Amino acid sequence: MKVLVAVKRVIDPNVKVRVKADESGVETANVKMAMNPFDEIGVEEAIRMREAGTAEEVVAVSIGAQQVQETIRTALAMGADRGIHINTDADIQPLAAAKLLKAVIEKEQPQVVILGKQAVDDDAGQTGQMLAALLGWSQATFASKIALGDGEAEVTREIDGGLETIKTQLPVVVTTDLRLNEPRYASLPNIMKAKKKPIEETSPADLGVDPAPRLTLVKVVEPPKRQAGIKVETVAELVDKLKNEAKVI
Amino acid sequence: MSILVLAEHDNAELKPATLNTVTAAKAIGGDIHLLVVGEGCGGVADAAAKVDGVAKVLVADAPEYGHQIAENAANLIVSLADGYSHILAPHSTSGKNIMPRAAALLDLQQVSDITAVIAEDTFERPIYAGNGIATVKSGDAKKILTVRTTAFEPASGEGGSAATEQVASTGDAGLTSFLRAEVSSSERPELISAKIIVSGGRGMQSGENFAMLERVADKLGAAVGASRAAVDAGFVPNDYQVGQTGKIVAPDLYIAVGLSGAIQHLAGMKDSKVIVAINKDEEAPIFQVADYGIVGDLFDVIPALEAELSK
Ligand SMILES: Cc1cc2nc3c(=O)[nH]c(=O)nc-3n(C[C@H](O)[C@H](O)[C@H](O)COP(=O)(O)OP(=O)(O)OC[C@H]3O[C@@H](n4cnc5c(N)ncnc54)[C@H](O)[C@@H]3O)c2cc1C
Ligand SMILES: Nc1ncnc2c1ncn2[C@@H]1O[C@H](COP(=O)(O)O)[C@@H](O)[C@H]1O
Repeated sequence: MKVLVAVKRVIDPNVKVRVKADESGVETANVKMAMNPFDEIGVEEAIRMREAGTAEEVVAVSIGAQQVQETIRTALAMGADRGIHINTDADIQPLAAAKLLKAVIEKEQPQVVILGKQAVDDDAGQTGQMLAALLGWSQATFASKIALGDGEAEVTREIDGGLETIKTQLPVVVTTDLRLNEPRYASLPNIMKAKKKPIEETSPADLGVDPAPRLTLVKVVEPPKRQAGIKVETVAELVDKLKNEAKVI
Repeated sequence: MSILVLAEHDNAELKPATLNTVTAAKAIGGDIHLLVVGEGCGGVADAAAKVDGVAKVLVADAPEYGHQIAENAANLIVSLADGYSHILAPHSTSGKNIMPRAAALLDLQQVSDITAVIAEDTFERPIYAGNGIATVKSGDAKKILTVRTTAFEPASGEGGSAATEQVASTGDAGLTSFLRAEVSSSERPELISAKIIVSGGRGMQSGENFAMLERVADKLGAAVGASRAAVDAGFVPNDYQVGQTGKIVAPDLYIAVGLSGAIQHLAGMKDSKVIVAINKDEEAPIFQVADYGIVGDLFDVIPALEAELSK
């Protein structure tokens, strides 16, 4: 069985993101980039499936400009077997990403496809569900546990009320949540080995997909700033302020 | 223009998130229809009919809708989509699961987690953990939106008298079935609708220590939340997590205890009216957003707070 993981290149979540003065977007020049943290969890899960013998091959796919090959290399260094780069400079929105991934999946025929529940740049949280819809597959979102069986999978999902376990048919699209696993760091020898692993290049045109954006970004502004308040010395003073000044208790 | 709003419920109760989503629909303007998808959800439909501003309630009551399985619910939404210019749901785990699937089947690019309606086709939404507020304009014929409920006041749950109409099920897609749920049961209010929240972080050191926060919460009629670090460490269940990738809350009062205030946490609570921070590190970023801060050891401050509230 083959597992396909989608990996998105995003601004490193530890970087303080700045809005551009002309309101056209956020500053990306000379900013540290990283694999979307939820996709690291996806790569880790796929590798564990191979290590457990339930999967034979792990393929990492990324959509974007030339630099996303670095993100694919990171996946390969963690242990993925090969990469596919869908090369485009276009602004790829979730519906377009889902269409592009669908085209690759139709060629590759994986049984399990893993995406992040959310990319921490656009915070959209859509691509996995859209991909499952376009393929006509089952979907298992916000996964904190995946148990693969014969032609089916049991997936535990993090939902607002707690946890829910569902049974899905294979093939399935899974999206990862934070508690699914703790991703490994790539070791130096594995980083070296990854340099020799193949990355196949393709494009939206090759895949027959029109990735044109449907949403226009009008502007991006900074959120309203909150003023820091005061420090109080005692609990009695705090309770007094909450009762008589803020009037919230 | 007619707008369809997917109701949030658990087959027994209409959840408050529905009311905020109705307000977002009102801001767009048009006839608002509430869709109740469930099993044995007659009581929810009755409550939905009373929501102020709702013109009609559509009810799809069938076994395949009992657990909000996305494949089934999305197919139903697609079957109803023709009559509507906008389809909205709360940005809850249920809305997030179902709506993008329906959007893709309709070849529409959803706009997630909207915080303001600028025009019928233009919306504001936070990006990068709320570090930017984007204004986006949709060129699609129909708009599929999920709504950040804390950004819209709740519509009144009383005063409406909408007609109720049963709609036909689109059947079981046969792809996914529900096995079991482990639902955190608590007498305390739900996090996303609580007026007061007491939240703990890694500084709590253990799950047992959260009992201290629970006692304070009970004195205040508050819900208990947590940082990701506290959830990852197993102190509390996943559904306590507040933040960019957890729950978004905006209570009247948020008391942050032993949590540093990472950007991902702030993304989930910085719209709270009043923020209190209790942390032993006076440099902790949480103090930059707190209205009132106490620099001190939580193991001294929390028992003292409980005692003070008992007076
Ligand atoms: C993709 C991604 C998504 C994320 N999503 C979320 C999210 O949704 N929500 C979220 O919360 N985080 C999220 N995070 C994690 C976030 O970056 C922080 O790691 C996390 O919020 C830190 O939790 P904390 O504040 O409890 O722990 P820490 O940062 O370790 O802070 C603990 C604090 O407790 C204080 N403390 C310790 N002992 C005491 C004491 N005895 N008395 C008083 N104070 C004490 C310390 O001074 C310190 O400030 C996410 C991270 C990533 C990468
Ligand atoms: N450009 C992309 N390249 C690779 N994967 C992507 C891309 N865009 C989205 N994804 C996948 O879809 C997930 C959810 O993204 P989003 O719907 O944008 O929040 C990500 O975690 C990735 O797994």
